[in-house]
Amino acid sequence: MDWPILSTITFLPLVGILALVLLRGEAAVVARNARYVALWTSIVTFALSLVLIGAFDTANPDYQFVEKVPWLPEYGINYHLGVDGISIFLLVLTTFLTPICVLASWDSIQSRVREYMIAFLAMEVLVVGVFCALDFVMFYIFFEGQLIPMFLIIGVWGGDRRVYSAFKFFLYTLVGSVLFLLAILYMYLQVGTTDIPTIAAHTFSREAQIWLWLALFASFAVKLPMWPFHTWLPDAHVEAPTAGSVILAGILLKMGGYGFIRFSLPMMPEASEFFTPFVFTLSVIAIVYTSLVALMQEDMKKLIAYSSVAHMGIVTIGIFTFTQQGIEGGIFQMLSHGIVSAALFLCVGVVYDREHTRAIAAYGGLVHRMPIYAVVFLVFTLASVGLPGTGGFVGEFLAVIGAFKANTWVATTALIGIILGAAYMLWLYRRVIFGELTKPNLKTITDLSWREIGVFVPLIGLTLFMGIYPKPILEVMHGSVTKLMTDSQLARVISPVGGDGLTPTIMIADER
Amino acid sequence: MGLAVAIVFLPLIGAAIAGLFGRVLGQRVAPLVTVAAMGVAAIFGVIVFIDVAWGNNPGKVELFDWITSGTFQAAWAIRVDELTAVMIFVVTVVSFLVHVYSLGYMSHDEHKPRFFAYLSLFTFFMLALVTADNLLQLYFGWEGVGLASYLLIGFWYKRPSANAAAIKAFVVNRVGDFGFGLGILAIYLTFGSIEYDVIFAKAPEMANQTFSFLSGEFPILEVCCVLLFIGAMGKSAQFLLHTWLPDAMEGPTPVSALIHAATMVTAGVFMVARCSPLFEYAPTALSVVTFFGATTAIFAATIAITQNDIKRVIAYSTCSQLGYMFFACGVSAYQAGIFHLTTHAFFKALLFLGAGSVIHAMSNEQDMRKMGGIWKLIPLTYGLMWIGNLALAGIPFFSGFFSKDAILESAFAAHTGLGEYAFWLGFLAAILTAFYSWRLLIMTFHGKPRADHHTMEHVHESPWIMTLPLIVLAAGAIVSGYLLWPIIDTHHHFFGESILVLEHHKALEEAHHVPFWVKALPTAAGVIGIFLAYMLYMAFPSIPGRLATRLRPLYLFSFNKWYFDELYEVLFVQPAKYIGYGLWKRGDGGLIDGVGPDGIAGAVRQIAQRAVKLQSGYVYHYAFAMLLGVAAIVTWYLFASMP
Repeated sequence: MDWPILSTITFLPLVGILALVLLRGEAAVVARNARYVALWTSIVTFALSLVLIGAFDTANPDYQFVEKVPWLPEYGINYHLGVDGISIFLLVLTTFLTPICVLASWDSIQSRVREYMIAFLAMEVLVVGVFCALDFVMFYIFFEGQLIPMFLIIGVWGGDRRVYSAFKFFLYTLVGSVLFLLAILYMYLQVGTTDIPTIAAHTFSREAQIWLWLALFASFAVKLPMWPFHTWLPDAHVEAPTAGSVILAGILLKMGGYGFIRFSLPMMPEASEFFTPFVFTLSVIAIVYTSLVALMQEDMKKLIAYSSVAHMGIVTIGIFTFTQQGIEGGIFQMLSHGIVSAALFLCVGVVYDREHTRAIAAYGGLVHRMPIYAVVFLVFTLASVGLPGTGGFVGEFLAVIGAFKANTWVATTALIGIILGAAYMLWLYRRVIFGELTKPNLKTITDLSWREIGVFVPLIGLTLFMGIYPKPILEVMHGSVTKLMTDSQLARVISPVGGDGLTPTIMIADER
Repeated sequence: MGLAVAIVFLPLIGAAIAGLFGRVLGQRVAPLVTVAAMGVAAIFGVIVFIDVAWGNNPGKVELFDWITSGTFQAAWAIRVDELTAVMIFVVTVVSFLVHVYSLGYMSHDEHKPRFFAYLSLFTFFMLALVTADNLLQLYFGWEGVGLASYLLIGFWYKRPSANAAAIKAFVVNRVGDFGFGLGILAIYLTFGSIEYDVIFAKAPEMANQTFSFLSGEFPILEVCCVLLFIGAMGKSAQFLLHTWLPDAMEGPTPVSALIHAATMVTAGVFMVARCSPLFEYAPTALSVVTFFGATTAIFAATIAITQNDIKRVIAYSTCSQLGYMFFACGVSAYQAGIFHLTTHAFFKALLFLGAGSVIHAMSNEQDMRKMGGIWKLIPLTYGLMWIGNLALAGIPFFSGFFSKDAILESAFAAHTGLGEYAFWLGFLAAILTAFYSWRLLIMTFHGKPRADHHTMEHVHESPWIMTLPLIVLAAGAIVSGYLLWPIIDTHHHFFGESILVLEHHKALEEAHHVPFWVKALPTAAGVIGIFLAYMLYMAFPSIPGRLATRLRPLYLFSFNKWYFDELYEVLFVQPAKYIGYGLWKRGDGGLIDGVGPDGIAGAVRQIAQRAVKLQSGYVYHYAFAMLLGVAAIVTWYLFASMP
């Protein structure tokens, strides 16, 4: 392709940022214009990313729309972008959620609107960059760079304990970052380039793989987050403004899962295989542990944050099954969770904007005054519970299929999560939505505005679409996931007879 | 097949219109839209039933792909074979009648569009369930009806008890789904497919194979079938997973009739019959089914005899009757199970809707202790309730007689230990069934009026829109036994290929040749039960009270439903909350944060303070520190290089 579409998508928000910086005039006017500039920039970016999907060749498992320009040639560092079936929808998810974030902040953010919008557009640049960077230096810059806007969003526009949360968030992620950097340095010294496809083709020694894997794990496990590196997440969510939570849950968490798929699996297949029991153990603990903790939460955002950790546990299980269904399920689960958890945080935002509290006990009986809201909340509650016909089901189911192939204990324990998930989500829904409307301050609460409905409708549409007809999305993944498995010979590592290991006599991996 | 597609989607369209545009269409029009859609679906349903089931003309339509990944494939499809056709007939007809009845029953409710949208949505999911061509679509319908049930149980969302019951229903069902889900996974893993045709064809060769599940080697089919059956236990409220069904009576009565009597709760029975090609090769799983079915039949009946809420009596009765259907399947008399499913759908829907009419007449009173003496005031309802109870008790010439007889005789003819177990427990349960049915009739309609003056003045017959569906159901409760008799006629092969029974599983065939006393026993049970109820509640009404005092522990055990709710509260609910709280405060707050970020932050602060002290300025301090460092590194290298 001649036209560098990926660079355009990645850096287009910078144009918006420039415009925002140049805005002049009265505070109120600047604020209003800032909102519109951010909205239109993000919408155009999103539209461009749709063009990307249209032009994407499903049959081609390799990177597409590749742009490769020498950057620091003497060090083997290139400006290298590209997307494949694994990353393209994560990229689109990002460009899709950004305008939604802008819309969700329309009225609720009143101070430093311009700076706020700049932070979000900067975030978009960096996250899109993460999903299409094919050079480790670029990837690292994008990957770590997004910490800064997120840190600011929580620290400046956050709640009362925002400083504690922001630092906790920073501290956790920083430890991982340092080790990640060391790993990149080591790989660079070994291979002589930071080009990701080249490094993926390189075979590291087993020892090296193990150390590299651990270093990357430190970064991705915190980001995802996996148990027991998850405690920053509930705090960060609670203090972040609504749109901050949306980006955090919708996209930032996914970078951890993406990292595992893009780097850990293909570059360190032996180590990945070696650490599989470890990952499975942490994931299973995460699912049961955080589901139980979610059951007892008194704060809506914390509850959803804990449920995110449980859902991400399904993702890591899926990825580390090294099966087609598992990996595709993991990616799909990331996408659907990106939509569903984002929507759930938006739902919390709706009532938070009106009542300025997230305490579950402060609500009850909202259905009397807010019937539309009740329907919207119900759809996403059910999607979060993984009801078939919603996006939440497909990913979870595929991931568990993979898990069942790999280890029946893991699948069985993971399924306990579906029981607990139903319990904590429906209990939350009941306490907020159902019952008599007795609290005096809720008697005048208003239902969704047209702007809010406009935010939720596409999210509902996508959730149902992904649940009923996920084929177009899965199809895009097939080629790249197959390639990932054959290239890294993961398939061979796992099932000695090849294929799916479907013959009942093999019954892989329980004893592995 | 085009008709079948229309049948499935008409209720969905109705639900969408009433649900999305209910406010625009208004309280009157929105319900009528769903009723009209259901009416057309029911007509089509009868046509399809006659065409497919009587004409042995199965077929299927593939709609579009659902999930594909690697070798995993699942498509949306509409499959209509003889078994499905029977279910379509039951679901569409009963659903239509319940829709019509609800027009009257819910006429004073301000949320009619929502109610009818839910009812139609339920019907859609139920039809998607029975027309599935693979286990995953079955699961879709399975969870969907669970959702509709959740929404309808909690329909009156102001009531905390309704909300609690709704959540309980969903979560307990999820426990069953946990097994069901594992069953689907295990089938995919071992068969390489979840499509009915593929797995059924492969079942014989899987019969003696094992696979490793959890930490052992198990026979494939036994494990898969038992796991699937766990799902059925949840959905069909079988012993251990039954606790949600009585609470589900919090929903409006038409819901109880449609979902918690005629259709949804029978999904488990349907599923076992559908998977008969698997279960037939899994003798242990069949034994499990028989055991749980028979146990539920008697267990639920022992509770029903002491309950005072009219709807709860019928709910436990449903539970018990579902047990009959399951043990029929367990002895390979699937046809008898489905036959009972069909007749039961009519007479149990009749009983529930009749009870609804009573409740309606009694100004929303459900406690039978506050009824009595009203049979002359609502003679039509009274008569219809008689018909329903006669059918339920298995009195000759009513539909329940045919199906219950077939089940008990099959159990006897199975000539197995568990068959015998089921037969005798089924016999005892039949006595109890007749007993609680007439206890219900007498307490509700006879004796001195126990309601207050005000209520009694208002007792009135329901409007025709409610009684008409009752009359149709009553007709069904009488004639369905004759009309559908060919279902269990083993020479007729009514079900064609859709139900498989192995050569040596001849329980149903031999049921015709059982001794006379076996054939007579179910009727005797009915008569004994009615006689007992008459003696205790009509002739000597002081006896029940004295019995309850004399046998107080037994009475309380039955009255408190064997204390299952209390047991589960102590075993599961409280520990989950306790552990959850502990993990949150001690695990996350104490341990992880304490050692992790907060601990590190604290440690850094301390170290920083010490480090400040270290900078003493004396060269020999620094030199000493360097020496220590070198020593440490050398030691580490030495140890590291050792094997």
